[in-house]
Amino acid sequence: MTSETGVESSADRAESVRAGHRARMPKSTGRVGDRVFASAARGSGALVLAIIVAIAAFLVWKAVPALQKDQANFLTSQAWDPNAATPRFGIVQLAFGTVVSSLLAMLIATPVAVGIALFIGFYAPRRLGGPLGYVVDLLAAVPSIVYGLWGLAVLAPHMEGVSKGLNAALGWIPIFGGDSPGKNSVFTASIVLAIMILPIISSLSREVFLQVPRAHLEASLALGATRWEMIKMSVLPYGRSGVIGASMLGLGRAMGETIAVAMVLTYAPGVNIHLLEDGGATFAANIANSFAEASETGRGALIASGLVLFVITLVVNMAARAVVARRKEFA
Amino acid sequence: MAKRIEVSGLHAYYGGTLAIEDISMTIEPRSVTAFIGPSGCGKSTFLRTLNRMHEVIPGARVEGKVMLDDDDLYGPSVDPVAVRRTVGMVFQRPNPFPTMSIYENVAAGLRLNGVRGKSKLDDVVEESLRDANLWNEVKDRLGKPGAGLSGGQQQRLCIARAIAVQPQVLLMDEPCSALDPISTLAIEDLVAKLKNQFTIVIVTHNMQQAARVSDRTAFFNIAGTGKPGKLIEIDDTSTIFTKPQEQATEDYITGRFG
Ligand SMILES: Nc1ncnc2c1ncn2[C@@H]1O[C@H](COP(=O)(O)OP(=O)(O)O)[C@@H](O)[C@H]1O
Ligand SMILES: [Mg+2]
Repeated sequence: MTSETGVESSADRAESVRAGHRARMPKSTGRVGDRVFASAARGSGALVLAIIVAIAAFLVWKAVPALQKDQANFLTSQAWDPNAATPRFGIVQLAFGTVVSSLLAMLIATPVAVGIALFIGFYAPRRLGGPLGYVVDLLAAVPSIVYGLWGLAVLAPHMEGVSKGLNAALGWIPIFGGDSPGKNSVFTASIVLAIMILPIISSLSREVFLQVPRAHLEASLALGATRWEMIKMSVLPYGRSGVIGASMLGLGRAMGETIAVAMVLTYAPGVNIHLLEDGGATFAANIANSFAEASETGRGALIASGLVLFVITLVVNMAARAVVARRKEFA
Repeated sequence: MAKRIEVSGLHAYYGGTLAIEDISMTIEPRSVTAFIGPSGCGKSTFLRTLNRMHEVIPGARVEGKVMLDDDDLYGPSVDPVAVRRTVGMVFQRPNPFPTMSIYENVAAGLRLNGVRGKSKLDDVVEESLRDANLWNEVKDRLGKPGAGLSGGQQQRLCIARAIAVQPQVLLMDEPCSALDPISTLAIEDLVAKLKNQFTIVIVTHNMQQAARVSDRTAFFNIAGTGKPGKLIEIDDTSTIFTKPQEQATEDYITGRFG
């Protein structure tokens, strides 16, 4: 009885609101709430865009004077000496350190992450798989400073022996070569980065694998495929581009990582392809390490390098999203 | 290559729910046995117990006995993977491997069985596609994706894939329900031809189809929602459609329920 009247009265009210709108503003199609929300959403969208443009403009405005004072070629020089009286700086060593450490991290993390995702999705009993996935996702919640501390205090001391062993066994491959394998190397930084990007690659891969249609799985099982053969025939082909997209998102994340790399990697000038040797530099770590003591021109140079990093990560992320989006079409 | 299936006292569960209850029947080799019955009565479930595909669903299990000639499919030392290599299956919706070519789809099962060597594979792929009445339509595009074929062609590709490994039994779960009438006829012709080689079990919701293609027909029914499905009777197809033993069967085939 009461609920009936309640329904009636609210329906009446809605009717009268519509009628009122029709009478006053014949062209309006939305209601007040819709319009308020639409303009609020539009406003925040515009605000975000404006902030981004303002930041970019500010960075460019700060970077340009430094670039004008640069006595070397900003894009091709290996030097990084922006605080000198005649500043000479280029991004080559920073780009090298950033790209190489992130690529290596991606190469280390992807197989492990895919293995974890496959284990959780297809091997682990549900009671184990759920908690395990949760723990892996939790790795993403660990602050990067903690990874940095762990890398410096726990991992690095062990890496000395590992690096020497790798150098002795595989030294004929240039990246494992060199005379003085150490512990604060690009290689060590890559391992820390790999652990940091493991959760994103693993959880995205898990999502992809969960979407493999049952019909595909049963197609191979009914042919007499074992679980691993089912994974090879039905799961991996379906999930391949999704996994590629996921590892590229991980790559983008590794490129932007700052403090953990800054702590683990000792700075050394120049490009060194011997990744087991101490030293190197990345965009983000270099900015964190030297911004405070930099001169006016030095800060401008760091900002300019930050802009380059921004462009690189933007491109990597857009490419990753394109790969993932193409997978959706295929499915 | 065809074997007799003998099922006795079979129950199948999804978790705690009994889906089919106490089914016993004999399926003769080199013949077509059709399963008919209202939807939800457990035809697919029963079919999937015959190649141990039922148990791939989490929580699903089977009680009872299924003998393939002298082998107990649910024996303690039997590997379900080996069973599925002996008892092939075709699904309701065509499901070729989407990233594989036509050739690779047919060769997939052979590769699982460790068949290597291009000429051997070529031979079996061609033979299977011929047996599946598909060879003439695809012989010029074996390298193209299987997913690019029409629905009826995809289903025949799936049949070719299943028979390429020379199974003893071929199980088909409503293989025509997603197909147009012409493709349906093509599959029915194929079934009639394949029964000379294999033991065939086909689920169908189409009674004319059961009458056309099968030698024996099993009627399943369900007492009500939530109740387990049961086998009502199995007999020669002509008997089932002219003078069935059970009233429920007669009601179903004449379109009268309840
Ligand atoms: N994957 C599943 N999980 C739980 N119950 C299921 C599943 N598949 C089928 N069932 C149930 O089992 C019963 C028989 O279904 P099914 O074998 O598909 O019938 P049919 O093929 O005759 O239409 C139905 O009640 C259905 O709801
Ligand atoms: Mg069914």
